[in-house]
Amino acid sequence: MTVKVSMSVNGKPVSGEVEERTLLVSFIRETLRLTGTHVGCDTAQCGACTVVMDGRAVKSCNMLAMQAEGAELVTIEGIAEPDGTLHPMQEAFRQHHGLQCGFCTPGMVISAIDLLKNTPNPTEREIREQLDGNLCRCTGYHNIVKAIAAAAQTGGGVLRR
Amino acid sequence: MYSFKYQLAKSVADASAFVAKNSDAKLLAGGQSLIATMKLRLSQPSDLVDLGALAELRGIKVAGNTVTIGAMTRHAEVAASAEVKKAIPALASLAWSIGDRQVRNMGTIGGSVAHNDPAADYPSAVLALDATVTTNKRKIAADQFFKGMYETALEPGEIITSVSFPCPKRAAYMKFKNPASRYAIVGVFVADTGKAVRVAVTGAAPCVFRVAEMEKALSAKFAPESVASIAVPEKGLNSDLHAKADYRAHLITVMAKRAVAAAL
Repeated sequence: MTVKVSMSVNGKPVSGEVEERTLLVSFIRETLRLTGTHVGCDTAQCGACTVVMDGRAVKSCNMLAMQAEGAELVTIEGIAEPDGTLHPMQEAFRQHHGLQCGFCTPGMVISAIDLLKNTPNPTEREIREQLDGNLCRCTGYHNIVKAIAAAAQTGGGVLRR
Repeated sequence: MYSFKYQLAKSVADASAFVAKNSDAKLLAGGQSLIATMKLRLSQPSDLVDLGALAELRGIKVAGNTVTIGAMTRHAEVAASAEVKKAIPALASLAWSIGDRQVRNMGTIGGSVAHNDPAADYPSAVLALDATVTTNKRKIAADQFFKGMYETALEPGEIITSVSFPCPKRAAYMKFKNPASRYAIVGVFVADTGKAVRVAVTGAAPCVFRVAEMEKALSAKFAPESVASIAVPEKGLNSDLHAKADYRAHLITVMAKRAVAAAL
């Protein structure tokens, strides 16, 4: 049986018919075709599926689409300016080469925004500790940490939505 | 995951009545354990009753000497709460150590306590701080609440509404984490209530438990050396690829010493 689910994604109202067991990440990727949100481990460990729901970073592979009914979501596709100007966190990742293969990057960027929102001026140690929900299989953490430290100086913890 | 029927609970009473009547139905709190279990097909509920919209189950209240946390309050909220940090800093730092950032943004205290995972963090705080679990039917003392692996005193249709923690004189939680899942391989919560000392251990056995010998020694003298030579027998402790029983037994003493040192 399918049910209707509605929410706001990147400022736009969206809805779809889903099975009750549909995961939020499947709704985002398969129904909405927003494929920037990745499925890495599919066991809520790697954080590649991280999105912002009602202002907080969550793992969209570990929750039902129905749990996001009525919520406001922001995915990696929704953080840049409408004219294409990168979000300060994206720009910092670009400047500091905070990625290697890039698979973990969407989740890293979303988590890092949440990190700076809650800890505006983190030390390097705090950044490393608080990235606990995201794994980079390339082990490219050095530049990710540098990027987040740099983004702390450029408004990297703020989402326009 | 297997299919199921989903419903959003309109009230605690409705949710309670539904799960009491439907024995294969499950309550959904933050879902950080339940959804993962269902994805692995280790759990096959007929229905999920989502408690996510019940505002009355959320929030933190400090009254007198008691911190009361609503069942649907998320770990991140407890960790960030200025009131909890002031009243029971060990509880706020325990909440901060659960899982990871995203899990803390979804997982709830009620879900964790009701699930009673052998390696969950909150049960150790509930037991060591002698907290009271309030449900829609009654109040349950911590010593009567945790019954075994994933087993609690909760009856069918019984829903946790809040957990009340008396403020201790001093307390601390120390855990040896699994580096991947961040679950406690061994976690020890030590609380000095002023009248007695309680020591609760999570992660080491099928269910959170107290260590009477350590409590006695710490009641006589609250110092790390009081527990240094007290070893919990390895019989009955968990043994798996992460840590054998003898290693877990060793870690209990080490974590207890660290917790006492941190509480001083």
